[in-house]
Parts: sequence; C-alpha cells; structure tokens
Amino acid sequence: MSATSLFRRGALGASLAAALTAGMVTPSVAAERELLNSSYDIARELFSAINPEFIAWWQAEHGEEIDIQQSHGGSSAQARAILQGLRADVVTYNQVTDVQALADDGLVAEDWQDAFDNNASPYYSTTAFLVRKDNPKGIESWDDLVREDVDIVFPNPKTSGNGRYTYLAAWGFADDQFDGDEEQIHDFMRTFLGNVSVFDTGGRGATTSFIERGIGDVLISFESEVNNIRGEYGSDDYEVIVPPVSILAEFPVAVVGPNAERNGNLDLAEAYIDYLYSEDAQRQLAGFNYRVNNEAVAEEFSDQFPETELLRVEDVFGSWDAAMEDHFANGALLDQLQRR
Amino acid sequence: MQRIGDAPRVRRILVISAVLLAALFLLLPLVAIFAQAFAQGVEVFWRNVSNHYTVRAIGLTLFITVLTIPVCLVFGVALAWLVTRFSFPGRRLLQTLIDIPFAVSPVVAGLVYLLLYGRNGWIGNWLDGYDIQLMFAWPGILMVTIFVTCPFVARELIPLMQAQGSRDEEAAVTLGASGWTLFRRVTLPNIRWALLYGVILTNARAVGEFGAVSVVSGAIRGQTNTLPLHLEQLYQDYNTVGAFSSAALLALIALLTLAAKASLEWRAARQEA
Amino acid sequence: MITLANITGSAPKRVLPGFGLSLGISLTFVSLMLLLPMTSLFGQLSGISLAEYWRIITDGRVVASYIVTIGAAAVAALVNAAFGLLLAWVLVRYDFPGKRLLDALMDLPFALPTAVAGITLATLYSSNGWMGRLLDPLGIQVAYTWVGIALAMAFTSIPFVVRTVQPVLEDLPNEVDEAALTLGASDATAFRRVILPHLWPALVTGTGLAFVRSLGEFGAIIFIAGNAPYETEITALMIFVRLQEYDYVGASAIASVVLAVSLALLLAINIWQGRFIKRLHGGRG
Repeated sequence: MSATSLFRRGALGASLAAALTAGMVTPSVAAERELLNSSYDIARELFSAINPEFIAWWQAEHGEEIDIQQSHGGSSAQARAILQGLRADVVTYNQVTDVQALADDGLVAEDWQDAFDNNASPYYSTTAFLVRKDNPKGIESWDDLVREDVDIVFPNPKTSGNGRYTYLAAWGFADDQFDGDEEQIHDFMRTFLGNVSVFDTGGRGATTSFIERGIGDVLISFESEVNNIRGEYGSDDYEVIVPPVSILAEFPVAVVGPNAERNGNLDLAEAYIDYLYSEDAQRQLAGFNYRVNNEAVAEEFSDQFPETELLRVEDVFGSWDAAMEDHFANGALLDQLQRR
Repeated sequence: MQRIGDAPRVRRILVISAVLLAALFLLLPLVAIFAQAFAQGVEVFWRNVSNHYTVRAIGLTLFITVLTIPVCLVFGVALAWLVTRFSFPGRRLLQTLIDIPFAVSPVVAGLVYLLLYGRNGWIGNWLDGYDIQLMFAWPGILMVTIFVTCPFVARELIPLMQAQGSRDEEAAVTLGASGWTLFRRVTLPNIRWALLYGVILTNARAVGEFGAVSVVSGAIRGQTNTLPLHLEQLYQDYNTVGAFSSAALLALIALLTLAAKASLEWRAARQEA
Repeated sequence: MITLANITGSAPKRVLPGFGLSLGISLTFVSLMLLLPMTSLFGQLSGISLAEYWRIITDGRVVASYIVTIGAAAVAALVNAAFGLLLAWVLVRYDFPGKRLLDALMDLPFALPTAVAGITLATLYSSNGWMGRLLDPLGIQVAYTWVGIALAMAFTSIPFVVRTVQPVLEDLPNEVDEAALTLGASDATAFRRVILPHLWPALVTGTGLAFVRSLGEFGAIIFIAGNAPYETEITALMIFVRLQEYDYVGASAIASVVLAVSLALLLAINIWQGRFIKRLHGGRG
C-alpha cells in the first residue's frame, strides 16, 4: 500500500467517523426547552430522582415537553464556571458564598436570599460522623476527635464546601466549650486538624479514602451524606453519629437571571426552584436524608433526624463573608493553624 | 563475537529482573483495571458501558479526537518542513516554543484558555456579544486538546527530517517537480511511519486528556463530559465498577495504540531490511 | 517520541518551495494556539507589584510544595534512570520470549490517560489493594505518602528514559564492545568505562525530560497523594486550590514559576544536548 493511498483511506475513515460522532454529540432529545442546573458534587443521585418528577409535573401542568441537564462539581468550581460563561439557568449549591459570588457579579439578583423561603434554602442538613462498626473508639462528639488515638478523614476546607462546614462546626463547638477563649480554641483546632490523615479535594474522595482504603476512624461529612454512605456500603459495617452540637448547613438556590433570560427559561427556572419546596419534592429530599421545613414531611421523617443543637454561621462568625475572610482566605486562620 | 554482558548468568539475572520489574510496575496496574471493571461480571460491565451517559461521553471523546488529528497533522508537517528545510532567524526559538505544551501543567493550560476565551476574558467577552460561546462547550474542549497535543507530530518529524536531509527533494526540484507533487512523491514516503507514529501519540493523548479539559468542560453530563471526565464522576459517585469500566475502555484504546505502534515499527523495520 | 531533537544541522538554502506557506501556517498556529493564551497568564500578573508576586510565590506552604514536588520528581527521575537503563539494555542486547511484548509495554504510561493511572495506582497501593496488602505488614506505606507521589511520577515518566537510551544503544557499533573486552576488562568495568560514556547524553536527556514531566503532573498524583499540608501537597495542587478560591492572580503566579522552571530545564537540555553532539562529532554538527 502506498503512502498516499494509506492516507486517503485514513482521511475517508476520519471524515466518516466525524460524521457519525457529530450525530452522537448533537442533542438528540425532542424536548422543546432545556434547563441547566449547576449543582454541587454529591447531589447527582438526588437530582436524577427529582428531575423526572419535575419534568412530568411540568408536562401535566403546561403540556410542554422539557429536559433538564445537570452539571456537578465542587461548588466553588461550579460557580467559577458560571462566572466564566457556563450558561446555567439555576444553581443549587451547598454554600451561601458561592451563590453570593454570582450575586457580586450581577448574575444573580442582589436580594436572592429573599426570593425564596428559608433564606432561599429549600432543605438543610448538618455535619455528622460516620464511624466503623460498633464505634470502637467511642466517638460521640467533637471533643473525642482531638484525642491522640483518633484519626479523622474529611475533605480539604480549601477546596471543598463540605470541608469548610466541618471546620466551622468544630470551631463552633470549641467556641462554646471554651467560652470564646482564643488560645484554647486555637489549640483545639490545631490538634483537630493535626489528626486528619488525608485531605482529599472533595467529599467523595474523602469517602473513598475512609471506606475503600480503610483510612481513619471517623469520616466527617453532611448528615445526609453519611447516611447515604451507610445505606450504600452496608448498615452493619458503619454507624452514624450526630454530635449534640453541630453547624447548620444550608443549601442555597437561585435563578441565574441573565442566563435564564437569554435561554428563554425564566419561567421554567423559577418553577423548578418553587417545585423544590413542594411537598412531593420535600418528601424526596427527606428520602435522601436531607432535613426539610415542610411540617408534614418533617413530622413523617422525624425518627430519621436526631435532635441536635444547630449553630448558625452568622451567629458564630458574624457572616459568611467574615467566616471566609477570617478563616479560609489565603494566609488566614486555617493557614495559620496548619503552619508548622 | 564477544559482547559485554553476554555471559549466561549476567544475562539471566538482567532479563529476569527487567521482566519482573516491568510486570510489577507496568503490567500489574493494567491487570488491575480490567479486574476491577469485571469484578461484578461481564453483564455489569456491559451495563455500565452501554449506559446513555457513557455512550455520549465516548461519542464526544471520539468527535474531539477526530477533529484534533488533522489540525495537529497540518501544523506538525508545516512546522517540521519549515525548521528542517529552511534556515532563518528565530528557527531555534520556534523549535523551543512548540515545547510549551510539554512544560505547562494541563490545569494551567486549561486556565489560560479560560482566562482568554471565558466570559471575562477579552476575546470571550467580545464573542459573547455575538452570542458565541467557546468555553464550556465542545469548541473549548477541542481547543485545549489541540493545545496539549500539538507538539507530538512535529517532534516526531523534526529529528527524522533533519537526519534525512533535503538532497532528494532538491534533486526533484531541479527535475522540475512542483510543490505538492514534491511533497507527496518524495517527502511523504520517507516520513510516513514517523507521521503515523505522531498521529498515534496525538490520538492517545487526545482521548485521555483530563486536567486541561476538566477546567473548560463545565461537566454537563451527556453534553460536555468526555470519557476521562465521565470516569472521574463515576468514581466520585461510589460507582467503582462503573469508573473502572470506563477506565477499561480507555485502557483498551491505549492497548490498541500500543499494538498499532508496534506493528508500524515492525513494518518499518521490515521495509528497511 | 523523544529523540535527539534539535541536532545542529546547517539548514540548506531556500531552493525548496513552501517557505511562505509553512511559515504562515506555523506562525499563525504558534501565535494563536500557544502564545496568545500564554499572554493571558502574564496579563493576570501585570496587575500586581513585584513584592506582591514575591510574597505569593514564597508563601511557606507553597515553598513546602515546591520541595515535595522537586524531591519526589528527583527521586522518580533517578529511579527511572536506573530502571530505564536496565530495560533499554535488556531490550536491545538480549533475545528472550516476550521481548516484543515488553517493548510494546514500555509506551503504556504515555498511552494510558493519567486519570486512569491515578485511580489504578491508588487502588493498588492502598492498604487493602493488591500491593498495599503485601507492603503494609512490612511497615511500608505507599498510598497517601510521599512515596506514592514519587511512584505516580515514576510511572508516568518511565518511557522518556527507555525511549531516549534505546536508539543510542542500538546504534552503538560492536567494535566498542570488542575493544573493551579484548583488553581484558570485566563486564562491569567495560560497561562503566566504555558503554556508559556513549549513553551518557541520552541518559541525562531522558532523565531530564522525565523530571520536567513529573513537575507538572497532576491527574495521576492527586488520587494517591494524601494532600496533607507541608507534607504531601504538590505544587499543581496549590495552583488548583488558588483556582477554587477564585484567586486567578495567585494561580497564575505559581503557574508562572512552574512554567519558567520547566522551560528553562527544557532549554538547558536542548542546549546541552546540542553541545554534546557537536563535541561527539568533532564539531562537524
């Protein structure tokens, strides 16, 4: 075979493959409109369950066939993508600051927290522990985590909203315990951070380290997440501990106005978020171990959620902005506590 | 004839240690991938692979690869022709510049494209006015893929064309051959193996690029997820078998690449002999 | 893939066609695809003072990450130098069953996507993986330690050494061996005194390229590194962290350091190689 015929044949094959794959890439759905929901990392299963329900509801209500696309990633990385041009219509995040970053850029309305109920947080959760079978280290609360014989796994607060909640919860506990004595709080936090065996970049990485690699005595994550993990990996091998004091984790939602308008999805985007507050959706959320505000549903699932004192970030740290600035910014307290 | 290290004992020790080390270091990971992918049987593997989102990810990955190769081919041949057939000021500099993609961490490669073509970048901002979106859509993925793969063809061709020299081509020119004929008849037959080898390397890297693509993709499942990104998401979803099923597909492509390369080398060697 | 590039050859005069066309394509491509995007990196940096830049790149934790990255890359490169030399030698000098398979296997790390390599190595060497289970009782921890980082780096860069040394070894004439052995030298002495000097430039080049590659590697390492501050954080992660914080300037600053070091090393390798080859050929080029 001569070189030229070899290449001619190659080119033919290439263009054929291009034509084929182009067909695969272009959206093949018949839906008239598509809504893009930019969400946090661990919400994939949740929205895979909720979206079909919403699509059916919209179809019944408006007789229009729609489709919902999902984008998942670290919450901050997701917000950054929207700032740089990802045309998501709605955001469903796990940290207020990430929606605020969009608001600061004018992509989300300034008063977004008033646009929907409960500070625009259709569901909430807290930080809880997952320990190994029979809780061999007897871990019940935050002060057990600073013992010398305890190894902790949770994601890096620098790269993960999940990790930030854990840090803030531990701080909130220490603040309460030591009555605001700074030196003692810092000592507590330094020991706490020193007990961490692996700082994975995201929540799922931390889970893999704890479960599949067998690292550490306790995994710290959202209550919803540790319950889901226990369900996934066997309720016989792991136990969930909800500490008596922990932090309130809100899951803020917002419509990305300019994008939704551009995509002609404004009504759809608002209806989607409203739907998250509906009793059907709230029941689904509770099924995924998130705490909800709908009274009927909350009552129904009350066994599932032990009572615990939930600290608000705003009460302990002043505001989210202050918490970010004082603790997580470059060179701030987290960096100082980890310094050698 | 006597050669260094020909004593049977030396020979045996060296061969055995080399094979053992290679098996442990290179072969074992490969086996592990397939073992994990088939951990729950062929059926589960197949269900994972034929999943709607996996199929879309495979489609996007192939689409990007098929578009990347011709661009890299044209650029690689043009650059190699330029720096090996002509002498001009800045030749050495140009040669070093094409090494930039090797020196840049893939995450940074993605970042620089985002900074330029994203909504806040000056080109991206301008394009946004015309409702053209490059980042977080397939054109952005294509652009960074081209960035990380463009040196391969050129780096294969340059040393070869330099070593071969241009005597044949000069002779053809004096005989009156025109540009295109000259390239097709004289140059191409000499460089075809290196060219194909470059294409194979480009292909392997284009299929597998992760860092750079993850920055500009936006990770919309079924739309802008390439196979390596899809794999990472499955891994994050506790779907270890699913993740390794995608990994096995990528490993399979890698193995085909190796086989293609080995057969090329064998053919080239046979032709020389 | 990596051969002795940039061999100093005096390029012929322009009797051949296509100068304008190839120059046009090359320059357009290099400026649009390579240089233009890189300017955005420096555009970010132009907004800050030199003192600020210095503060960012010498931050304690970032410096610790340089040390981890450079240390692990150096170990990986040295291990690869030895391992790569052994493999190249065996592949060129001996015939044995499975040789072609072994040869083909050498390119696996280039062909295998780094993310795949990352999750696979992490799975293999974690304490309940195949390798981890063997090593753990011996008290050897690989995953989530510094050793794991070096291992991932060594895996992704081994072909550089093998593929640069191999062709040089193949081209080595038989007389070299004979000359040494007829003088009555032992294998080891003959290898050190006669073969090694010939292989030296290729070996250094391959090791250098492996080192540069390891400096920038992210995908394969991130899964197996424990990412503990000051201990197992690599520089690429520090860039990633800055990006998560919307700190583009910080990310660009640290990236520029890695870029400068890598480019300087590549340039040094190119120049050193050019010199060496000139000397080897008695200045004929």
